[in-house]
Amino acid sequence: MRYSSWRQLTLITTAVIIGVPLLIICWSMLQLLWTDDLSTLSHLWDTVVPEYIRHSLILLVGVAVGVVVLGVSTAWLTTACRFPGQRLLSWALLLPLAVPAYIVAYTYTGMFDYAGPFQTALRDWFDWGYGDYWFPEVRSLGGAIVVLSLVLFPYVYLITRATFIQQSATTLEAGRSLGLSPWQCFFRLALPLARPAIVTGTTLALMETLADYGTVQHFGVTTFTTGIFRTWYGLGDLMGALQLAGMLLVAVMALIFIERRSRRQARYDQRNPRPATAFVLRGWRALGASLLCWLPLLCGFVLPALQLTLWSIERAAVWQDPDFWQLTFNSFTLAVCAAVLIVIMALWLAYGRRQIPTRAVRTSVAFAGMGYAIPGLVIAVGLMVFLTSIDQVIITVSEQWFNYNPGLLLSGTLVALLFAYSVRFLSVSLQTIQAGLGEIRPSMDEAAQIQGYSPLQVLRKIHLPLLRPSVFTALILVGVDVLKELPATLVLRPFDFNTLAVRAYEMAGDERLADAGPPALMMVLVGLIPVILLSRAMLKSQQAALKEQEFVPVTA
Amino acid sequence: MSRLQLDSINVSFGDVHIVRDVSLDLQQGEIGCLLGPSGCGKTTLLRSIAGFQTLQSGTIQIDDSLVSNQTVNVAPELRGVGMVFQDFALFPHLNVADNISFGMRKASASERRARVEELLNRIGLPGYQKRFPHELSGGQQQRVALARALAPRPRLLLLDEPFSSLDAELRERLAVEVRELLKKENITALLVTHDQHEAFAMADKAGVMYQGELLQWDTPYQLYHQPKHQLVADFIGHGVLLQGIVNDDASLTSPLGQLSHPSLLDIDAGTRVSFLVRPDDIVPDPTSRLRATVKARGFRGAHNLYTVELPGGIELLTLSPSHEQFQVGANIGLRPELDHLVIFAANLCELPGFYDQAPTVQPLPAVIPKAQTA
Repeated sequence: MRYSSWRQLTLITTAVIIGVPLLIICWSMLQLLWTDDLSTLSHLWDTVVPEYIRHSLILLVGVAVGVVVLGVSTAWLTTACRFPGQRLLSWALLLPLAVPAYIVAYTYTGMFDYAGPFQTALRDWFDWGYGDYWFPEVRSLGGAIVVLSLVLFPYVYLITRATFIQQSATTLEAGRSLGLSPWQCFFRLALPLARPAIVTGTTLALMETLADYGTVQHFGVTTFTTGIFRTWYGLGDLMGALQLAGMLLVAVMALIFIERRSRRQARYDQRNPRPATAFVLRGWRALGASLLCWLPLLCGFVLPALQLTLWSIERAAVWQDPDFWQLTFNSFTLAVCAAVLIVIMALWLAYGRRQIPTRAVRTSVAFAGMGYAIPGLVIAVGLMVFLTSIDQVIITVSEQWFNYNPGLLLSGTLVALLFAYSVRFLSVSLQTIQAGLGEIRPSMDEAAQIQGYSPLQVLRKIHLPLLRPSVFTALILVGVDVLKELPATLVLRPFDFNTLAVRAYEMAGDERLADAGPPALMMVLVGLIPVILLSRAMLKSQQAALKEQEFVPVTA
Repeated sequence: MSRLQLDSINVSFGDVHIVRDVSLDLQQGEIGCLLGPSGCGKTTLLRSIAGFQTLQSGTIQIDDSLVSNQTVNVAPELRGVGMVFQDFALFPHLNVADNISFGMRKASASERRARVEELLNRIGLPGYQKRFPHELSGGQQQRVALARALAPRPRLLLLDEPFSSLDAELRERLAVEVRELLKKENITALLVTHDQHEAFAMADKAGVMYQGELLQWDTPYQLYHQPKHQLVADFIGHGVLLQGIVNDDASLTSPLGQLSHPSLLDIDAGTRVSFLVRPDDIVPDPTSRLRATVKARGFRGAHNLYTVELPGGIELLTLSPSHEQFQVGANIGLRPELDHLVIFAANLCELPGFYDQAPTVQPLPAVIPKAQTA
């Protein structure tokens, strides 16, 4: 009994600590109300905030339209139709997830800028000079919308596709028997049934859009994230940054709310579905369908990857540079440490949730899993305020007692980074591990126990082997996410500590795009691992849906 | 010596009483069966015998040694009890041989191999050692789950709705097979189910649970023919409960007519009682004065089960061989052929004394229905 209440306490404490950045920001907003000192806020409001809001809104609407169009059309074509390349496409369409948006932004700048190969070729062919022709500006709000849509549409694709597969043939056949044409079936049955999934996928993509810093910064679009960064680093105004972060958080909360609601509605489950017969496309229809699917794949993955490869070959010398390998080592060490730490936390929370499912524990675990929605920069701002104030206390105490200044123990070291990563990526590993744990039914525990195994032996004999794949997946997912993470790393890294993501960002910032190639390519290669895992899981669950229900060992 | 003995055990979750005052016992080698609608507490009862559930009061003894009471709760792994779970709970990462030998912790490798082979032969799956659970069909998984529970030779085997996830045909065949296997191994077993056919196929002793209470613990034959409680009569088999009023001349006025039985003398005249009429207690007879209209016909293969309506609107069930056909809406004659009377008082409990002698029936269709329609 004592042990269990002690354990509950650790679970609740973990959730509270994970929630610190969030609490700090909420607290600063509340403080604003009490102290009535609105000078910073009103100044920001008079100058930059309307622009941030306008740009963010345009960006959100644009990306929403983009991801829905790309995601839903590709999902429908690859599930309901058969055409050459459809099987390959059904998993390849996930590939854009492997490339961080800011890196796609760099490659597009490289390819389509005035000095890029595309415009140069145009000028050579038609013998144009500067100003003779109109070409859309890549580094613009429109460019940001295109790049983010291309990178984020797989979210909508993945979730909508799962729904389309689950839709049973009988629903569509009932529609046909009631006099609907195949197209009407799509618009009046399949699409409305998939609506919760589409909303979920879109809100996920929009959360990423709000959290994005690298792309909008490179394209010179002022949004909340760039605003927070500028207010903090450019103007040195931490309070202003906190308040901007608060506003961003409100937008994110609205998105979470929408997402939760749509998930609640997503219970149009159709039990034991017989898969609908696919439309076999031939001739120009098949050509059109594959073109429509290849285009986003080409623009979202193949072209950027090719550009990165070209740059990496161009800057071959970088690969022999010990600095570069030091950077790689830093990145990977950080990723491994963070992944191990976060997965251990997730295991502790998930087991707590399973074994002592009291109300307090359930709320705590759900709260700890909220971080995925909070932009890295917001976490960084909240955390910085918290850690520096603790550091100040430590320094004062230490100087008084030992006459020694230990320096910034928390905010100036990797502790801050690991903390921020834990807040942001705990939910990823928590979800993976809870899914794995869910596969181990309670009756299996009991079956082992009644055969004479003590609880610890049950853990070793049953849980460990069954949970290993989930833990492994969680480690990879978190590790790769950490590797690619830019804004929080940029802000919280200790001095003289660089990672691949930061190097790519710095090189692109210095207009040395080709130099950003090798680190970016490295990240894309590593980023491919979770995408492959994801596509394997997707194909497997599809097979499981088609077969009769039976139990499958947990993988991915 | 009882292998398993429960003495007035109570289980509750917070304020909700799940099991109320249940007592039962099983002798070595007997197969017991708990029947009841879902949510009646039978699974909870089973789990408290296994040790996954603590008791509020009462005692559980296995081989005359106490395993559970209000304060003692011997851990499941120390009880020497085997269990077959509703969802089988096979370990997906282990093959069939490892699953079966999972509980034989102290046995040597050769002992395990021999026992696995023996059990696989018994359950009709020889050579399946290296298969994995997901490669087996539902029925095969069920048998492996049973073999796993039997492998360590438990003192007592508990089965929690073991056949409920299988289709009906397989279910009855497996029930018979499992009974044979348990008898061969001389295992004492307690089974929980909501399917009475399963219970009748398996059990030496059976009981019906309702809202946490064990209404009757008896042989299946007695549960059917001599239910101690109106709800047992309702739950087991087909049948109708008819109302009647006791007269002072050892007879009972009922929709079927005047029923006479010496034991009716023990009941006060004017008492309202209900009595059980099984479909085989009513025989179609064209010459009978008791007339009824056929409302529905259910084809049961060898028999037709007819729902018939007496003139007063009271419905009865009757069986007749399937070559003898009545159309729905036809007016037919019925003759009661009761071997014995099963009479329940207003508190739903059976009244004693009616079992050994058949009642005599005097059809008076003109009296009662008129009284009721008036």
